[in-house]
Amino acid sequence: MAREITVRDALREALREEMDSNEAVVLMGEDIGAYGGSFVVTAGFLDEYGRKRVIDTPIAELGIVGSAVGMAMGGMRPVAELMTINFSLLAMDQIVNHAAKMYAMFNGQFTAPVVIRTASGWGQLAATHSQTFEGWYAHVPGLRVVMPATPADHKGFMKSALRGNDPVMFIEHSLIYRNRGEVPDDDDFTLPMEGAEVRREGEHVTIASWSRGYYLAMAAAEELASEGIECEVIDMRVLRPMDTATVAESVRKTNRLVVVEEGWKTLGVGSEISAAVQEQAFDYLDAPIERVGSLEVPVPYNRQMERAVFPDKDTVIEAVRTVLAKDINTANV
Amino acid sequence: MASTKKSRTKGFPLEKDDLLDMYRQMCLIREFEEACAQQYSMGKIAGFLHLYIGEEAIAVGSIKAMEERDHVLTHYRDHGYALALGLDTGEVMAELFGKETGVTGGRGGSMHLADASKNFWGGYAIVSGHLLLTVGLAYASKYLDEDRVAVCYFGDGATNAGAFHEAMNMAAVWNLPVIFMCENNLYGMGTAVEHVSAVQEMAKKALAYDMPAMQVDGQNVTEMYEKTKEALDHCRSGKGPYFIEALTYRFRGHSMADPEQYREREEIDQYRAYDPIPLFRDRLIEEKVAKEDELEKIQKAAREEVEAAVKFADESKDPDLDTLGDFVYADPITIK
Ligand SMILES: Cc1ncc(C[n+]2csc(CCOP(=O)(O)OP(=O)(O)O)c2C)c(N)n1
Ligand SMILES: [Mg+2]
Repeated sequence: MAREITVRDALREALREEMDSNEAVVLMGEDIGAYGGSFVVTAGFLDEYGRKRVIDTPIAELGIVGSAVGMAMGGMRPVAELMTINFSLLAMDQIVNHAAKMYAMFNGQFTAPVVIRTASGWGQLAATHSQTFEGWYAHVPGLRVVMPATPADHKGFMKSALRGNDPVMFIEHSLIYRNRGEVPDDDDFTLPMEGAEVRREGEHVTIASWSRGYYLAMAAAEELASEGIECEVIDMRVLRPMDTATVAESVRKTNRLVVVEEGWKTLGVGSEISAAVQEQAFDYLDAPIERVGSLEVPVPYNRQMERAVFPDKDTVIEAVRTVLAKDINTANV
Repeated sequence: MASTKKSRTKGFPLEKDDLLDMYRQMCLIREFEEACAQQYSMGKIAGFLHLYIGEEAIAVGSIKAMEERDHVLTHYRDHGYALALGLDTGEVMAELFGKETGVTGGRGGSMHLADASKNFWGGYAIVSGHLLLTVGLAYASKYLDEDRVAVCYFGDGATNAGAFHEAMNMAAVWNLPVIFMCENNLYGMGTAVEHVSAVQEMAKKALAYDMPAMQVDGQNVTEMYEKTKEALDHCRSGKGPYFIEALTYRFRGHSMADPEQYREREEIDQYRAYDPIPLFRDRLIEEKVAKEDELEKIQKAAREEVEAAVKFADESKDPDLDTLGDFVYADPITIK
């Protein structure tokens, strides 16, 4: 059996089920308790579980992650929440130099299975509150980095993260918390944190994306289908370890690829996917890979300007048309 | 800035013009913030909007004590300082509307007002980050022998961040002219101080750095003025940094998105009795500095100024999309 729920509720269920089944799980972060969480994911948890397990922390991102890593070393299962990914920069040292290193640096003696929840997103929040940094974390060996799109993935990944042995960067998106989808009715529902998923089959172009970008890709694919253009849409889901083989396999069929991300294209996740696909399926590409990303500027507050910075459905459609218009077998490249 | 004349009004540290100017500024900020809330609900202002209602006396009293050459940096709850520093009300409102005529051209919005010509180096939205910038500005001022004090405003919540402690230590060990102005409004977003700070009195945090510190009634604009003046004198005389804890309370939610489930109505009402504006008005009347109708006129003028500001903002243009790539680099990039 399955039910249709929102991303937010999927997260709430995952956290609640794991807290109920494992005393070691605690939540910690700024304003997750009395305030209810800035994105209302943990509303009511403080009343339900008390201050011992729902910890309102000081505004100290480095402290939150650092102490959570220590808790994890000490046998707890902390979910450290960083209000937004912008503030995760203050915790980067603990994430990159500490959490990601333990296992290898000490020759496999111990791990730090901390789950770091944070949210990407934007909405007229200006330059320091509108950033997209999943690529920075996906760069680091030792971290698992998930950036799910569907409610089922949010739930399944969160539960797996809380049962696994590695540090996990769990990146949400503030603009998809209300998106709905089916989630299996099973308290033990988990999903392995690996593998991309082909969510829509098509023969003409492959579009690879994740998180909110996945929804843009699906919307673009729907619209293009009415003109007879069939897009294969791949939800990357996990950015480290990243399953590029699924993208390459799709490209062997469609011969064309568009990668959609919300961050800056330069040295982004799309760059990595593009490089991997040309390594694995160079002979199958009929056109240069198109990368869709945001304009390379600090994000401005003004609404029109901000809209011009971020990709939308139309930007994706345009990119699909571009890869379809080019063909290495003809002379228009 | 206060006028240079030496005369003082009985019972007050300032002469009448300055007292009434402070009253005017407080009214202006209050009217401005009320208008912001309204414009936000009408969709004219978006993003995060943090109102300064209830805390006006801090910006007004302390800035009155400063010199034009002094540096000011603030957190994101920054409209009050901007207005007290004399930024144009219309241009500040236009910024909140995201318009080309705004103080940062529509790029910054509510959280990032700035005017370098007034040594107002801006509002910053990464909690505690600007405290270190303040240390640097003070360093530069000392290095260049400029006799400027650098003042940073921040909340109780910011004192729990690493950057706060780094800034305090550096300012102290380098003996810099910095005023750390902590607005203790008892909450950082929805989290009460007692749950996240080892001490309830922020001024105590200065002890660890051997930095002089005091607590000031942040609802009393003349006390803010006097105490800031003392701290400024200390800094100017080369004695190093000073910490001021201004005790206050924010009457509205943290931002417009705040459901305010973490505090009781009664608590808010209790603190509303210490509204800095009527408190000051009553004193001005009691001490016969001004008559009621004179103060009413000031209040009315403030309202009209804000109405005009809203109109100006509304009628201003959005920035040109062609300018999107501007200001990313100050020097040209020539490669294609
Ligand atoms: C580094 C960082 N972490 C978290 C936030 C989110 N945030 C914005 S304001 C705020 C509370 C700040 O409280 P305080 O310093 O007391 O200032 P107040 O708003 O009460 O004036 C938080 C947690 C942020 N902007 N920056
Ligand atoms: Mg506060």
